[in-house]
Amino acid sequence: MIPSSWYLILSAVLFTMGVAGFLIKRSLITVFMSIELMLNAVNLSFVTFAHDWHAVKGQIFVFFVMMVAAAEAAVGLAIIIAIFRTRQTLNVDQIDLMKF
Amino acid sequence: MHLALFLIFAAVALAGAANLLLQKHPINAALSLIVVMSSLAVLYLLLGAEFLAIAQIIVYAGAIMVLFTFVIMLLNEGVEEKTHGSRVAKLLGFPAVTVFLALIASIILSSETHLGKVIIGESITTTQDLSAVLFRDLLLPFEITSVLILIAILGAVALARKDEQ
Amino acid sequence: MSIWLFLLLSLVKAVLVTIVFLMGVAYTVLLERKLVGRIQNRWGPNRVGPFGLLQPLVDGAKSFLKEDMIPSGVYKPLYLLAPLISLGCALLSIAVVPFGGPMTWHGMRIFAISDINFGLLFLLGVTSVGVYGIALAGWSSNNKYSLLGSMRSSAQMVSYELALGLSLVGVVLRTGSLRLSDIVSMQTVHGIASWNIFGGGQFFAFFIYLIAAFAETNRSPFDLVEAESELTGGYNTEYSSMKFAMFFMAEYGNMITVGCVATMLFLGGWSSPLGDLIPPPQNIIIQALVPLFWFVAKVFCFLFLYIWVRGTLPRFRYDQLMSFGWKYLLPLAMLNIVGTSLWLAIRP
Repeated sequence: MIPSSWYLILSAVLFTMGVAGFLIKRSLITVFMSIELMLNAVNLSFVTFAHDWHAVKGQIFVFFVMMVAAAEAAVGLAIIIAIFRTRQTLNVDQIDLMKF
Repeated sequence: MHLALFLIFAAVALAGAANLLLQKHPINAALSLIVVMSSLAVLYLLLGAEFLAIAQIIVYAGAIMVLFTFVIMLLNEGVEEKTHGSRVAKLLGFPAVTVFLALIASIILSSETHLGKVIIGESITTTQDLSAVLFRDLLLPFEITSVLILIAILGAVALARKDEQ
Repeated sequence: MSIWLFLLLSLVKAVLVTIVFLMGVAYTVLLERKLVGRIQNRWGPNRVGPFGLLQPLVDGAKSFLKEDMIPSGVYKPLYLLAPLISLGCALLSIAVVPFGGPMTWHGMRIFAISDINFGLLFLLGVTSVGVYGIALAGWSSNNKYSLLGSMRSSAQMVSYELALGLSLVGVVLRTGSLRLSDIVSMQTVHGIASWNIFGGGQFFAFFIYLIAAFAETNRSPFDLVEAESELTGGYNTEYSSMKFAMFFMAEYGNMITVGCVATMLFLGGWSSPLGDLIPPPQNIIIQALVPLFWFVAKVFCFLFLYIWVRGTLPRFRYDQLMSFGWKYLLPLAMLNIVGTSLWLAIRP
């Protein structure tokens, strides 16, 4: 038996690590993976709250987050491939212009 | 038992996330993210969310991250280089992120009295419970998500295909 | 029951099942060599031991004693990790398979390592993670044949996984449970007439599953991964000795797992084809061993079919494989789901 707040703290730490990765990473794919890490961290707190309040809808929300994450990954990776094709780099410092 | 399982898999998740930050090569980062996701699946099991635990493995580890590894292998871009931007982000980012973490943690700890305790096997949400809510109360959002995924597939194909002259 | 007894029993079961499973893998290889030999009008291995029965042990010793080469161009951490992932996923999936009758000892099933609520989903999850082994092996080998082979096979596995998963939905709809022991016990009553393939009306689903399973395990006629004439050896070109043997064992382990799933979901699992016509034997040991015998016999028939198909059909072309999977198999699997749900809804 452990308090729910432990799960929430773990989720907060993982989310913060995701934010840190988003800020310091320079490869576009790793930046994108940091976003996925943040989504996962938020999912953990959703499940914890769903368990705490005996609410199934909290888990359904995680289910929807997963589906949207799948859609986001498909489109995001297609954009990454398109960027790599025109710029030959994935360094976020070199692809910060909308026009080339 | 519960405590041991929680501590082990929380530690694995944190180690994976830290490895994601430290690794230079994107494919190592992707693999450490898979480790994080798998250990989160075990934590979902401890919280009684069976279906989500296995959906986490199938959807995240088995589908989304496969897509990531495929793209990393396809582009084969190599290790990331350090730039001016990354130094600025480190200098400004880490203090900001620490402040942010302290803020969230203080909020959680201050409201700890309102939160319950997790007892293993106390409230298990079976797949039947989940699907009853999903297909009775939330059918419309579910259908809308399927349309969203269809649009995403079309968008991905349109973006990634080569221009035909 | 105390937690330590639970841990001890689980450990004993896991070790025993792993050993039997690995022996099964070794002898499936021998069975394949013998059978394909007979199909091609030659003898197959028959020198080591009576009827060549010791051949797998000698093969194992050979691959264990060979020099362990690591080519200089490989990306070492992933090159070493990939065979472990492949073999690990192949061994993991047997953990949820109930291979014998529902006998319990101290409240634990004897003939299943664990009997979890979502066993079927667990199997699908493990298969979906198994793709990493092959994908990483091909990429980290830094060799164009390996990369082509692994890209082919991962794309093939990801595409056919959909048809594979959807073909099982009909069975799940009919049972109303994802627990594998529930799915089996639903089919025990009337023998062969209540098996999902006949009585459950899942005849087409079984064939969709069969074809998708052949593709999912990269076996002939879908074995483009190791098409020798185009790709040398496929994703395992750069591997030698024990690491190659691990990929090899993973392939045959996956074959056995797929056979177990087909047995449980469509062929009535450990139940006898005669159902309750024959009264259960009085002796408790025979009562325990008869279901085990039926399960092994059914898996053996499935493996026999696998090898027979390999000895008979030529290899597909890659575009044929992809268009078959997406244009025919997937829509058929969806039609099966619609048909099964309509049938279940109309039936009183």
